Amino acid sequence: MTSDPTGTGSAGPDDVQPVGMQKPKGLFGVSDTGDTSGFGGLVQATPSAGELVSTPEPLGGYFDEIVAALREAHGDEITRAVVVDRGELTIHIAPDRVAEVCKTMRDDESLRFELCNSVSGVDYPDQRNRLHVTYHLTSMTYRRRVRLETAVGLEHPVVQSATEVYPTADWQERETYDMFGVVFEGHPHLTRILMPDDWEGFPQRKDYPLGGIAVEYKGAHIPPPDERRAYK
Amino acid sequence: MTATDNAQDAYAAERDTTEGRVYTVTGGDWDELVASVDPVSEERLIVNLGPQHPSTHGVLRLVCELEGETVRSVRPIVGYLHTGIEKNLEYRNWTQGTTFVTRADYLAPIFNETAYCLAVEKLLGITVPRRADVIRVIMMELNRISSHLVALATTGMELGALSMMIYGFRDREKILDIFEAVCGLRMNMAYVRPGGVAQDLPRDGLKMIRDFVDYMPQGLDDYEGLLTGNAIWQERTQGVGYLDVSGCLALGVTGPVLRSAGLAWDLRKTMPYCGYEEYDFEVPTHNGADAWARYVVRLDEIRESLKIISQGLDKLEPGPVMVEDKKIAWPAQLALGSDGMGNSLNHIRHIMSQSMEALIHHFKLVTEGFRVPAGQVYTAIEAPRGELGIHAVSDGGTRPFRIHMRDPSFINLQSLPALAEGGLLADVIAGGASLDPVMGGCDR
Repeated sequence: MTSDPTGTGSAGPDDVQPVGMQKPKGLFGVSDTGDTSGFGGLVQATPSAGELVSTPEPLGGYFDEIVAALREAHGDEITRAVVVDRGELTIHIAPDRVAEVCKTMRDDESLRFELCNSVSGVDYPDQRNRLHVTYHLTSMTYRRRVRLETAVGLEHPVVQSATEVYPTADWQERETYDMFGVVFEGHPHLTRILMPDDWEGFPQRKDYPLGGIAVEYKGAHIPPPDERRAYK
Repeated sequence: MTATDNAQDAYAAERDTTEGRVYTVTGGDWDELVASVDPVSEERLIVNLGPQHPSTHGVLRLVCELEGETVRSVRPIVGYLHTGIEKNLEYRNWTQGTTFVTRADYLAPIFNETAYCLAVEKLLGITVPRRADVIRVIMMELNRISSHLVALATTGMELGALSMMIYGFRDREKILDIFEAVCGLRMNMAYVRPGGVAQDLPRDGLKMIRDFVDYMPQGLDDYEGLLTGNAIWQERTQGVGYLDVSGCLALGVTGPVLRSAGLAWDLRKTMPYCGYEEYDFEVPTHNGADAWARYVVRLDEIRESLKIISQGLDKLEPGPVMVEDKKIAWPAQLALGSDGMGNSLNHIRHIMSQSMEALIHHFKLVTEGFRVPAGQVYTAIEAPRGELGIHAVSDGGTRPFRIHMRDPSFINLQSLPALAEGGLLADVIAGGASLDPVMGGCDR
């Protein structure tokens, strides 16, 4: 894994990219001519690979209402991108506007996302803004779910804290800091939570090794899991 | 205590640190200690409860600031059982993932597996056969009962009702016996797999489950006879560990704790999965919002789970328990042999001496695994302790790119200061036990 700061991300506000690290090729991922079934030549284009592609509107269902209410409160530029995938809505926002967006999501009459279910991070090492933070919100009133996503780079990994709006984000943001090194501005006491206080490094980053020791069994040498042969 | 004493007695020394004076007490010179630190004085005493303590529900450390017997502040410290499950998942294929997630919340393994498999299936865009869905529901509800039984048993033990512990574990054992008959393991069974379940119910499995459903109501009546009318139990739990609905929502608390505050939020009803909308059951709630209410809600939930299991048994119809797609379905089959549960000898014979293609197929799927289209999903189910969410991200490969488990123990533990501060030290234990945290799930 490389932490190349340039990565594949392009400049501008469209640097938030969802998943899509590699182009699936062939039915079993064979890159040479090993597959004689004919499926080896198949190349599937992943719409989410590379630059972020917003889903064309209307999005359908209640998704349009949520996006419209959010834009009405904060202006059109609040949503960097809106992606609907597998029946789930993801709204990409700027890292310094998390708190105000969360406040609207919680308090707006037509939104009412009372519960913040989950805050966690994802590391996309090939992107310029590689550290993503996702917030999964649930509206108990309307029985809806939505995902907010924001992305920051390693040189300035600062995201606004949502603890003022959702106190439950407290430990979850600490965990995200612990595991990814994302600094949450405005968090009351951002310290490590799962790892020891004096731990160095951020274990869930992709360039952090899994570790482990090699095992020898009856003469066979088995390397630790992160050094074993992997399929592409 | 003089300086010479300190030098001689390494086990009852006092030392000055930047935090203040620290005393190490292992018994013995209590008179001297009380003389040097008067607990009724205005000074506050910091007491470390845990991480190794029988009443902290596992390796949980509570730093309590005491004023006499009154708790002025509690700071839960977690992470002692962090095993890096989420990181490990990124180095195994999607099917192997079930064996890791099942070890997170070790009292609710079936829930971990089901939530994870629902996420993988949503990423794949597949639906599992109906029989697999019904089996999942039956196994989940059995698991919910066993988990609630441990909650009742350990709460009983921590509050001094030792008989409850014995009865709770006795009846949980019957469920573990069912699990063992169904999948060969009592805990951490990796029974639910992406695409269905590992194998069908055994021939005598249905009878075992029916016997249990017939047996359990009597057990519940026994618990009620033992605890509900018990004055000590009432005194220790009623009005203790109060947390109302707004407090629950602000702190993200779900599950029996939220329902004990009066909000009937149960994902099985509000956002059904695995066909729960077909089952007829109630969502028990209570208005107490205290440890007593949580006890009542858990007992009622066991009764509702028994109803669901009975209905599930009636819904079982013959059919496959794994998706038909051979590019996803696990090729090996399990069978009961003379030496216990293991690979089906018929399958071994087929791949080793009948079909080279079957061997290649088996080898590719087991060592490499199937590919999951790129994307991210969030699935949530109602685990015994609340919402168990899985945020799964795939990059299109054979291994998870990132799995995050939103474990209810982790989230619910945040509310411990809110429900324990201002109360007595003994109520920290009662309140904490009523949250029913499982540190394996909390720390993952």
